[in-house]
Amino acid sequence: MNLSYLLDPAHWELGAPYSIPTLILAHLGYTVLALLIGTVVALPVGLYIGHTGRGSFLAINAGNAGRSLPTLGLLMLLVTLLGLGLLPVLIALTVLVIPPILTSTYAGMRSLDHRVVDAARGMGMRSWQVLTRVELPMALPVLMGGFRSAALQVVATATVAAAVGLSGLGRLLIDGLAVNDYSRVLAGAIVVAVLAVLVDLFLALVQRWIVSPGLKGIE
Amino acid sequence: MITFEDVVKVYPGGSTAVDHLSLELPTGRLTALVGPSGCGKTTSLRMINRMVTPTSGRILIDGEDVAERDEAALRRGIGYVIQHAGLFPHRTVLDNVATVPVLLGKTRREARAAALELLERVGLSADFAKRYPAQLSGGQQQRVGVARALAADPPIMLMDEPFSAVDPVVREQLHREFLRLQEDLGKTIALVTHDIDEAIKLGDRVAVFRTSGRLAQVGTPRELLAAPADDFVAEFVGRDRGLRGLSFDSAAGLPVRPVDGLLLDDAGRPVGWPGDDGPRDTGGTFTKDDSLRVVADLAIRSPVGIAVRVGPDGAADGLVSHHDLADYLAGRRS
Repeated sequence: MNLSYLLDPAHWELGAPYSIPTLILAHLGYTVLALLIGTVVALPVGLYIGHTGRGSFLAINAGNAGRSLPTLGLLMLLVTLLGLGLLPVLIALTVLVIPPILTSTYAGMRSLDHRVVDAARGMGMRSWQVLTRVELPMALPVLMGGFRSAALQVVATATVAAAVGLSGLGRLLIDGLAVNDYSRVLAGAIVVAVLAVLVDLFLALVQRWIVSPGLKGIE
Repeated sequence: MITFEDVVKVYPGGSTAVDHLSLELPTGRLTALVGPSGCGKTTSLRMINRMVTPTSGRILIDGEDVAERDEAALRRGIGYVIQHAGLFPHRTVLDNVATVPVLLGKTRREARAAALELLERVGLSADFAKRYPAQLSGGQQQRVGVARALAADPPIMLMDEPFSAVDPVVREQLHREFLRLQEDLGKTIALVTHDIDEAIKLGDRVAVFRTSGRLAQVGTPRELLAAPADDFVAEFVGRDRGLRGLSFDSAAGLPVRPVDGLLLDDAGRPVGWPGDDGPRDTGGTFTKDDSLRVVADLAIRSPVGIAVRVGPDGAADGLVSHHDLADYLAGRRS
């Protein structure tokens, strides 16, 4: 096992069909899509539950149930039901993303100082103004924590796409194993790990940018 | 004027928070709602801006039923100050103050300019504008809370224990500043407090609530101290109400005796009472503008039992012993 695969410039050629940059792009593509769909589903539900206090059992139990589902097993099940393609992969990854986002959104909303929310209502903000101008910005530090952990999990798990014939960094692992090319497996493992760190760093920057300085130190 | 018409609030589960409350809060005056915890004073306050809906009865503002107004529009026209200020931690001090004007459609720029003026009005320099609430002391936060409630210049202010989260020294200072502000602004204010001293000090009128949401007595602070309606009010107002009642009586009519025996400087200002080891401190002086309570206190603390009155120039112009004061009070009673 060595770094020869990783360090070979031929494997870094931009635009080549099986090069590492191409695989990274595909990998990021699955990640971003899954995060996007997961957020679109989980964020409004979490905000609704947090804002109204209704259905909190859903936020808590969905979180736990989702976490205990093995993604690879789910993916195989989906493939037998739906056939090969992008859809089963996206569904499996989205199922992975929803629990941390849902739970952290709900937790962020529940942790708010109720006096501040009371003041916002008492000053004449309508319900959606309270939500968007007060509750959401205040819940953002906790919410971003959940989003970052979801992103990390997806970056690591998106390798399963290769198991059902799609692209992504999983190709290096699966194909490498298939032909006993451990240098390729190692390259895949390293790139996934580095990518995960970079994605988290990027999100940390985003968090710094969108979270109010007034909330720093509370997160 | 804010009018409570036979208002009842029963919470689900059957506990009565407010029991047939009829009360008028006159325009331009501060009415303090005071009582022990669980007496329904906060619930009553929160029914004015519809944060709580009455079970029965009506609340009118200048004759108009609040239940018929749009909830958000009603609240934007009423300043709201709560305990611990409830500032938005993610917004700067300036943007906190600008909140309601922005809700009312002002541009952020206009609202911020006005907010800056208001900050000065409540005793905060422009340096505070860009800070966040977490960077302020409790007293400073409370000032921002008051400025925020005043920002849209509402005719009515609701204040729920606005000064109870700060230490006594700061509270004293906030009281003074607030009274001065209210003298200028003349808002119609409902102020909830559990502290009868605060109610008496700040209120033009005081409404005393008893447990389970019944009104025990309404009146001026002086009426309350002089003639409590029943034992509950008498006990709540406190044992020293006779002495405290003196703070509403001016010393202007109090007869004084000529200055005699007091050591004076060249300008006639008091230096002290003669003693074996040099002059003994008079313990302070009073003027015609002070209250009888100040005079009584000075007479008690004086080493010779005599309070010293001074004129506008600081020169001593009269003496009052505690006997004199007692005679004066006895004469007033008969």
